[in-house]
This record gives sequence, structure tokens and C-alpha cells, in this order.
Amino acid sequence: MAPDVIAVKDVGKEYQTPRGSVLALDAIDLTVAEGEFVAIVGPSGCGKSTLLKILAGLLATTRGEVRLRGVPVVGPRRDIGVVFQSPVLFPWRTVLDNVLLPVDVQHLGRAENVSRALGLLALVGLAGFERHYPWELSGGMQQRVAITRALIHNPAMLLMDEPFGALDALTRESMNLELQRIWLKRRETVLFITHSISEAVFLADRVLVMTARPGRILEEVPVKIARPRSLDVMVAAEFGSIVKRIRAHFTARMGS
Amino acid sequence: MKRQALRALALIVSLLIWETAVRMLRVPAFILPPPSEVLLALHRGAVGNVYFHDLWITLAETLLGFALGSALAFVLGTLLAASRTAEYFLYPYIVMFQSMPKVALAPLVIVWFGLGLTSKVVTAALVAFFPLLVNTIVGLRSAEEDRVDLMRSLAATERQIFWMLRLPSALPFIMAGLEVAMVFALVGAIVAEFVGAEAGLGMLIQSRNFTMDVAGEFAVLFILAFMGLTLNWILVSIRRRVLFWDASEKAGPSAVVSS
Repeated sequence: MAPDVIAVKDVGKEYQTPRGSVLALDAIDLTVAEGEFVAIVGPSGCGKSTLLKILAGLLATTRGEVRLRGVPVVGPRRDIGVVFQSPVLFPWRTVLDNVLLPVDVQHLGRAENVSRALGLLALVGLAGFERHYPWELSGGMQQRVAITRALIHNPAMLLMDEPFGALDALTRESMNLELQRIWLKRRETVLFITHSISEAVFLADRVLVMTARPGRILEEVPVKIARPRSLDVMVAAEFGSIVKRIRAHFTARMGS
Repeated sequence: MKRQALRALALIVSLLIWETAVRMLRVPAFILPPPSEVLLALHRGAVGNVYFHDLWITLAETLLGFALGSALAFVLGTLLAASRTAEYFLYPYIVMFQSMPKVALAPLVIVWFGLGLTSKVVTAALVAFFPLLVNTIVGLRSAEEDRVDLMRSLAATERQIFWMLRLPSALPFIMAGLEVAMVFALVGAIVAEFVGAEAGLGMLIQSRNFTMDVAGEFAVLFILAFMGLTLNWILVSIRRRVLFWDASEKAGPSAVVSS
């Protein structure tokens, strides 16, 4: 078993509101091993984004601990790449300059990283677009730029918060294929948050099922479908039974 | 092209209507002169080199006042946007000062700084100060939360977040504030000249008013309008260059002056 890149132990998060305290996350335990693709699936408002912000060091926990490569996360880290739901590109920067933003912020040296950036842009299928501005690109292309930016500083792991949630269904499917292709080439350690069960099963080695109020991880479902997975996998019996097993958690709760 | 020709034609037609109406209704020239007399007055002044010195004085007052007022507004606006403490203590005075008509201070400023250039620059700066101050504060706070989170997730310092994110995000607001500040600076300079001056287009208007040279007064007004338009056009061109990425720029030319 590969060593854990991130280890979350008994993490809880409570928010103080005028109506009293709200428990957003309760006793979250999870680990992601080196080179592993883990997806967290849950309905909106289950605390997925809160958890991601805690992992990125943007929010403090009220309880428990997060360790990245054994070191406790107490604030923002330089070795995490985050992809948000919207591309979050700066419109005054070209595609290349957007990709190089982490390089500029962390003073990693532009000269050394420009060719790396161009290589990564080619990998995500954006060769020749480096001088374009974000508003000249489609939504799917903008999100590819965001992924490239998250990879440029060689982070220990990639946190993805519903990165394709704002895209239309067709673009979303092709972005899932693209992400798998990129991941198979680079074998990044990925924690991928989504509310789409089929997206989670399609992409991940392991799916963590999360439920709301308070946010809790109910079950861990391994996905042993061989890679590379094509979109046809989605109609296979194995895929369907995993999806069904995960969905049961949400329909059961809705019925109660 | 065709639209521009139509625009020029509309101007000529309205001047012709003005000319005919004034002549047919026999409006005395000291009430409303026909445009032909205004043009003659303009020509006389230009040949006699009457306007140049005053134009230069008013332009200098406006530009210096604009620069001084804008620089102070930007620095103070940045301070107020960055520090809640500074905002808490300074904002009440700013609101109080803002709701007062600044031109009402012009007589006092003349007493303090004399009849020369300084008092005009100070008045122009006072009037130009507030629009940019408010826009700087609002602009610097307008950075999208997601973008701030992204910068934080990269372990960016507050200084980096300011220069790489907050300031560029504020630029549309700052440029809009600068455009208003320029117009206001011109108003401030002219009002200060009315109150007491040795030279300038405002002083020229007043002295012509005293001698009932209304055509000459109109000639100065035309020069002022032209000056205001030119200053605005310069700022609009700068904005288009700086804000090429802003959605409102890409949507097409904005209202004030379009080419």
C-alpha cells in the first residue's frame, strides 16, 4: 500500500450563527494514498466544500486534525493544487499567465516554468491557446486552464471541488474522459468532490459517500473497474450496481 | 461612417435653427447671441491671442487639481479599504465632508491660499477627491471571494493579493472614478476662478459678463466644453487600453463619449 498523502482524523467543524451553532462536519475520517483518485459524493449542503476548504488550509477545524504528508495543515500550503467549481481565472491575464499564477505567487521562477506550462497546456489539449484571454475560451476550455494552473507547481495533491458542475452535460462527459486521460499520464493524488454519483464512480478508485446535517462519511465504496474506462462503462452491470449501492444511501434518507 | 455624417449634419442643422430663431424672433444679442456672432467672437479672440493664456491657466489648474485630488483619494481609499479600524474612525468625517457642497469652501480656500494658482488647484482637488475615494474603496472590496480563496490557497501574502488581485479588480471602478474626478476638477477650477482670480477661463467669463459681451461669453463656454470633452476623451482612451479585459468594455463603447 502506498503511503498516505493526506490523512484526515476525526475532523469536525461547527459554525456559530445567530440561531446557535451548526455542526457542518462531524467526525470525518479519510485518507488518500499516493497516486490514488478518491471521490467524495454527496448532496449539496452536506459540507463537501467546507471539508475541501479545511483540506486546503483555508478554514480551521473545530476538532480533529488534517495531515499532509505527515505534517499538520494549519494554514494555506504551497503544495496543494485546488480546482474550484468555477474556473476562477483572472481576465487581465492571458491563458499562459493564468497558468503561471502559482509560479508568480511562490516565486518559482518564470523562466524555468514557461516550457513546463506550455507542455501541460498541450497535455490538456490547449496547445496554441497560451496567448488567448480567458474570455475568448469556452467554459470547458477555461476549466482545463484551471486544471493546468493547479498542476504547474507540482503539488503533492489535487483538490477538485465540483470542477465540472457548471458545465453542460455533454461537455462534462468529455471533461471526465479528459481528466481520466490526464490522470493516467501523471498519476496525481486526487480528491474529487462532486454531487454526481456516476461522475464519482466513473473517475475514482474509491468513492466516499457523504450525507448532510451533520456532514458525515457513511460508506466507502471501492471501484474496481479497469482503466482506461470509456463512457460505455456507464452502462455496464458492474457500474450500475455500484451506482445503485451509493444511491441507496440518499434515497433511504429522503424516505425517512 | 454614415452615422457620423448624420451626426455632423444634426449639429449643423441645430446651429442653423438657433441662428434663424434668434434672428426671426429678434432676440437681443446680450440675451442670446446667434451662433455666427459666437463664432466671430471666437475668431477675434483666437486672432488676438486672447484665449491662450487663460486656457493654459485653467487647464493647469484642472490637471494639477485632478492629479492632487486623485492621488490623495487613491491613497486614502486604499487605506480605508485595507483597514477596518481606519474605516471605523475616518468614515464618519468622510461622510460628513462628502455631504457638504465642496465648492462652498472656495471663498475660504481663496482666503487661505490667495488669488493665484494654488487656491484653484486646492478647490479643484477638493471637488475631485470624493468620487475617486468612494470608487477606490468599493473597487478594492469588489474582488470575487473565489479569487481571494484561490490566492490564499496558493499561500499568497496580503501584499500579493493586493497587487495581483484586488488592484486589477478595482481598476474598472477607479477608471470610472477618474472620469468623474476630471469633470469635477474642471468645475472646481472654474468656480474658484469666479470667486477670485487673476486669470483663467472662468475669470474671462465673469469679466465678459460684466461688460455684457454675451457672444464672447459663449465663445469661452464653447472652449470650456471642448476642453472638457478632450480631457474626457483622453481618459476614455486610457480606460479602453487598460480595461481591455473588462466585460463592460467588450460590450461596446460606453455612454459618455464614443468615437
